[in-house]
Amino acid sequence: MGQTQEDYYRGVRMVPYDLLKELAIALVGFGVLAILVALFLSSPDVPPVTIATWSQSDPVDFVTTATGELAGTTTSAGYGAPYNSTPDAYQHWGPFAPQAWFGVRIPIDSANAYVIEPLKYASISNSTVGAALSQWQAATADQQAKWLDAYTTALGNATVTNGTVTVASGDYGPLPSMMSGLLGVAQSGGLDGLLVTNGRFYQTDYTQPLLFIGDGGWFAGLAANQHLSGNLWGMMNETGLYPGQTWLWLYTMWYQVPPFTSDTGFLGLNASNADLGIIILMTVLTFLLALVPFIPVLRDIPRWLPIHRLIWRSYYTPQTKASGTAAKPVASSTPPSL
Amino acid sequence: MSVESSRSWTLRARQALDRHLPMDHLLPDRQPYYVGSWVYVFGVVTIAALVWVIVSGVVLSFFGPQWWHISSVGKFVNSLHFWSVQLFFISMVLHLWGQYFMAGWRNGRAATWMIGVFIFGISILTAFTGYLSQQNFDAQFIALNAKDAMNGAGIGAFFDVLNFGQMYGLHVMLLPIGVTFLVVAHIVMVRARGVVKPIDPEGARP
Repeated sequence: MGQTQEDYYRGVRMVPYDLLKELAIALVGFGVLAILVALFLSSPDVPPVTIATWSQSDPVDFVTTATGELAGTTTSAGYGAPYNSTPDAYQHWGPFAPQAWFGVRIPIDSANAYVIEPLKYASISNSTVGAALSQWQAATADQQAKWLDAYTTALGNATVTNGTVTVASGDYGPLPSMMSGLLGVAQSGGLDGLLVTNGRFYQTDYTQPLLFIGDGGWFAGLAANQHLSGNLWGMMNETGLYPGQTWLWLYTMWYQVPPFTSDTGFLGLNASNADLGIIILMTVLTFLLALVPFIPVLRDIPRWLPIHRLIWRSYYTPQTKASGTAAKPVASSTPPSL
Repeated sequence: MSVESSRSWTLRARQALDRHLPMDHLLPDRQPYYVGSWVYVFGVVTIAALVWVIVSGVVLSFFGPQWWHISSVGKFVNSLHFWSVQLFFISMVLHLWGQYFMAGWRNGRAATWMIGVFIFGISILTAFTGYLSQQNFDAQFIALNAKDAMNGAGIGAFFDVLNFGQMYGLHVMLLPIGVTFLVVAHIVMVRARGVVKPIDPEGARP
């Protein structure tokens, strides 16, 4: 440091100040405010969705999603990195494609993870499911595809009776038995446990079950009912009338405006690579904000706008003495701060 | 100073501290008269809110992530944490805007400004991991939405928003330490140099 604080303030009138008293007042004041707001407004805590509640509340959506996992048509089944290696399923901006560069680091095989492996567990105590699974695994890929096509179409008109899904008669192979077995495991809560523990006892990774829940339509419907959807600024929102992450407003705003809403876009940025484009944009904006002291125009705006004259009103408004000459302004009684 | 003592790292560090951050700068009892504006209060109330965030967060982490879902006392502490975070961000944004319009980076204070911006960024990340650690519907919804942004940018390969253990660990340990460390550095830099003078009425750029 070249110039000392004493040099910097030489000739400037100093006034009494109590730093710790000010901090203590702020601590008590904000503490009382936070306690009062916490007591009267509480905080949001809508219970989490489980696979059990999903399969009990909307069995058709559950079975349709599970069938999609088996067919490889759900979002997570064809997601690409970091979950699986679906060709070309990654965002890129020209040659800049970090999603592809890092590859599959959290491997998830949707058909096996969400349907086949759980049915293997169910087969232990249910011979019907075991026979259906054996038939499925013995069939050719072509035959499986035909059964899946027919069953998926039939699920569009499925009905629910006592928690079980019924479809019109048709050639679906072992799929109705498989899905009935999977639905039973899910409704009992067994699938939640299977997907979370995943062969381990201690577990804190919910990637598998959350991706499965997200593939279904039921969860999205609940989010829409809570006014949380993406076209309503997505993850910035919160259930109930709570403020949510309002500090993400700039980030979520970009999802609402071109070029990130456009198919054609601008300079290669469009709706298809909006996530990557917006992360890049926000990173650039953050560094610009940090570098404001060195950026002409941005660093000059405070000097051009008269707002600083309001902040330092006492400094810019000289007192007029009886003689009519300007004098140094007096200090405000407002306490200074850090 | 003898040759032997001039080689002492401890002595040289103490002398540098005495020179650059004497106690009357760290805990001043006098300030320039022009510091009398309510805008200056936003900095200290941001620190006050951060203290409440940390205190309530320590209690929540002590009892574990399930506690506040099943205990009325836990629910209150979580609410205190929640609203302290809201107050922290409101104060910090007001402080940031205040410092911008005061051009608080002048006269060798650019590093103080830059650290302040990084505190803002890391605070957002800390709050984000906190929302992901709630173990409720909001956490599920935010995680499922945020994964696409993280994965699209390649970040998801290392920062899995669906992995509660990873988010919780970051939220209660690494990120708060980062914020606290940077806030301390920010305050020390402010105290070492003192608050910036008003913008030159003649319009000269310092």
